[in-house]
Amino acid sequence: MTDFAGTGTLVRLALRRDRVLIPLWIVVFVVMAAGSAQASIDLYPDVQSRVEAARTANASPALVSLYGRIFDESSLGAVSLFKLTAFGALLVALLAAILVVRHTRAEEENGRLELLSAGVLGRYAAVTAAFIVSAGTVVLLGLLTALSLMGVGLDTRGSLAFGLTWASAGLAFAGVGAVTAQLSEGARTANGFTAIILGVSYVLRAIGDAKSDTGWVSWLSPIGWAQQIRPYAGDRFVVALLPLVLLVVTVLGALALIRRRDLGAGLVRPRPGPATASAALRSPLALAWRLHRGSLYGWGFAFLLLGFLVGNIASNVDGFVTSESAKELVQKLGGVDAITDAFLSTEMGVLGLLASAFGIQAALRLRSEETALRAEPLLATGVTRSRWLGSHVLMALFGTGVLVLLGGLGSGISSGASLGNMGRQLPRMLAAAAVQLPAIWLVTALVVILFGLAPKLVTAGWVLFGTFLLIGQFGAVFDLPQSVMNLSPYGHTPRLPGGDFSASPVIWLTVIAAALTLASFTTFRRRDIG
Amino acid sequence: MTSAIVVSGLHKSYGSTHALDGLDLEVATGEVHGFLGPNGAGKSTTIRVLLGLLRGDAGDVSLLGGDPWHDAAKLHRRLAYVPGDVNLWPNLTGGEVIDLLGRLRGGVDQKKRADLLQRFDLDPTKKGRTYSKGNRQKVALVAALASDVELLILDEPTSGLDPLMEEVFRQCIEEERQRDRTVLLSSHILSEVEALCDRVSIIRRGKVVETGTLSDLRHLTRTSIHAELAASPNGLASLPGVHGLDVEGNRVRCEVDTAQLDAVMRQLSASGIKSLVAQPPTLEELFLRHYEDDAEPLAAVR
Ligand SMILES: Nc1ncnc2c1ncn2[C@@H]1O[C@H](COP(=O)(O)OP(=O)(O)OP(=O)(O)O)[C@@H](O)[C@H]1O
Ligand SMILES: [Mg+2]
Repeated sequence: MTDFAGTGTLVRLALRRDRVLIPLWIVVFVVMAAGSAQASIDLYPDVQSRVEAARTANASPALVSLYGRIFDESSLGAVSLFKLTAFGALLVALLAAILVVRHTRAEEENGRLELLSAGVLGRYAAVTAAFIVSAGTVVLLGLLTALSLMGVGLDTRGSLAFGLTWASAGLAFAGVGAVTAQLSEGARTANGFTAIILGVSYVLRAIGDAKSDTGWVSWLSPIGWAQQIRPYAGDRFVVALLPLVLLVVTVLGALALIRRRDLGAGLVRPRPGPATASAALRSPLALAWRLHRGSLYGWGFAFLLLGFLVGNIASNVDGFVTSESAKELVQKLGGVDAITDAFLSTEMGVLGLLASAFGIQAALRLRSEETALRAEPLLATGVTRSRWLGSHVLMALFGTGVLVLLGGLGSGISSGASLGNMGRQLPRMLAAAAVQLPAIWLVTALVVILFGLAPKLVTAGWVLFGTFLLIGQFGAVFDLPQSVMNLSPYGHTPRLPGGDFSASPVIWLTVIAAALTLASFTTFRRRDIG
Repeated sequence: MTSAIVVSGLHKSYGSTHALDGLDLEVATGEVHGFLGPNGAGKSTTIRVLLGLLRGDAGDVSLLGGDPWHDAAKLHRRLAYVPGDVNLWPNLTGGEVIDLLGRLRGGVDQKKRADLLQRFDLDPTKKGRTYSKGNRQKVALVAALASDVELLILDEPTSGLDPLMEEVFRQCIEEERQRDRTVLLSSHILSEVEALCDRVSIIRRGKVVETGTLSDLRHLTRTSIHAELAASPNGLASLPGVHGLDVEGNRVRCEVDTAQLDAVMRQLSASGIKSLVAQPPTLEELFLRHYEDDAEPLAAVR
């Protein structure tokens, strides 16, 4: 048992550190679920309206691949919460995994854990404590969500099943986080591994949901399992055993990995490198490229793959329209071509959001370089502040550009190939990708100007991003006034392919992004480093 | 004699902490200048202002004849800096960091680089994350010493070095001195300062409280005296510069300001000295006196 000594202390320490963060997240999720359910209840007062809405959703490849299917078209709960079932599970899973890494690998990386280990900590204490905190958070989150859903008038069994959907995804990924935290020496890389696993899980369930003959693919994905609990549409509690098995396996795996490694080390041992720098490594920009390229390669590969998948699903839109009523609906919505375009433009929007996450993370690198005292020695050489700032800003802006274009390329090629009109589809998709950039750059620029003006607040960049995301996803459900909806830069992006293109929002977003970026150079030159 | 660094009346606050409170500092060109003071006295803050990383609230700062806030990058080409906490990029090797920093400063002397790597016994092929604290420090030291610059600014450069490596460091600084380079060396290691520095400045609570050559400073310290006299002593207590006087019959113990030594000895020999032990002042005593929190003279504590 001495391997676990000190776990209780670490749990208390973690809860103290996160005493604001955890309650805040729980509240956000509970409010999102209850609010969204309440709004839908008001929107669809009778079975007739519900069924109609559910049929439209189930007939739309864009919605199905993004959120999943509505398994019972007449169920109030299933219709109300369909946008939050799989998507919410994704977010809860992300939260759970990040919490674990935050209290294990991140602590180890910055040396704080070593300080504590010299005391009376068993070798499993950190991972156990982090897991307890994370699991406790998602269980509480699931429970409170279920209660709040009952509170707005949904049925008890379904609400419990919904809470379980979220909690089980969270538990499974708390385990995944415990494993990824052991693999590399950096918390950043660990979170990267988690994000990849999460992304693959979400894509697998999207493939499974898209066509009935690939339905089994959903069962390969922990997010798919969460969905298959089918809250308010069968309430299959027993499916939750799958994520629980994954949980047990991953936690045991994490403990086994810890036995095999030293404190501070990863499983992948860094190999020696060159004794001298290559001739190219002679500028801040060359260094920035060295620092960002690994993550850019990984993201770039993911974007190309996602693009291919999206394009591939797009060519199967016919597969969705099987029943007579669905065919009618499709005609009403403007025909198969219009639906295919609507699907593609929605998915390009999602790629735009993902690329923004890369941009924010790349821009935040400025701050982590500064706080890790790695900016100081550079700025004490002949490098001006502007050159140093510019090198990372350029990587963020250039990187997001590469990513969306790769997404556009992948989707253009695969949809062009399967629809048999590459010459038309490829340029259309590249254009659809390119118009995402101004909004992405604006969000990235917000982080950069925060870095110049109020460096301690840079992580508020994520909060802004989350707010824009929520406005975009749920603004219509909550019937927010247009002036609030307009706050999200993503709302101004032209919906390509298929939609109308107007240059003025694109130009405006670009001008604002450029102005913010330029202003950050002035503010950064005027402030203290450190 | 010109000055490489001139600071006068420098103030710097972090919110409510007044880190520098009217600091004056002068480092002559070609000298090795020690910069000492207790933890939190403001050494690193001063150095960061000198490098233009922080902006002073008030006061004048001149570095190599320029203004470090406005001409930072231009001046930085003529100096090299070793921070107290060296963090390296996890995926760059030590050798790559040395070359990168050197090139950004304007060039690396390859011969010197190879020589320093060997003398500091540093493996340049390891990745940043895998170096120990002392070896990270060595990477920064080699990067700084291998560049051809006029001024070295070193903030506790030997923290984490083992005694053998510290000896190598001393030799290197000695060589720099012979090449007429200017060095500002912040340190807590008194023997290091004593061995290397031409002049020292002692900083306390954001102000320089003493500055001068080591022999200047020795004059500010006290010699402790134990004497056995032929007769009981008289008049000692009324002499200036005598502290902690303790008379027991014919025995005397006291601390004497070094400047007043002559007068005290005369007074003692007037009573006939039978035996005498005079302990010369140590630098430690001087420093400790300034490190003591409540400026109380050390002798009084004894
Ligand atoms: N970024 C900061 N924010 C707030 N206070 C700071 C900051 N950096 C330093 N201080 C405070 O300024 C004072 C001077 O700190 P400084 O680092 O210059 O001391 P130092 O002489 O280098 O100490 P040490 O010998 O421990 O390195 C201390 O009281 C410290 O707490
Ligand atoms: Mg310091």
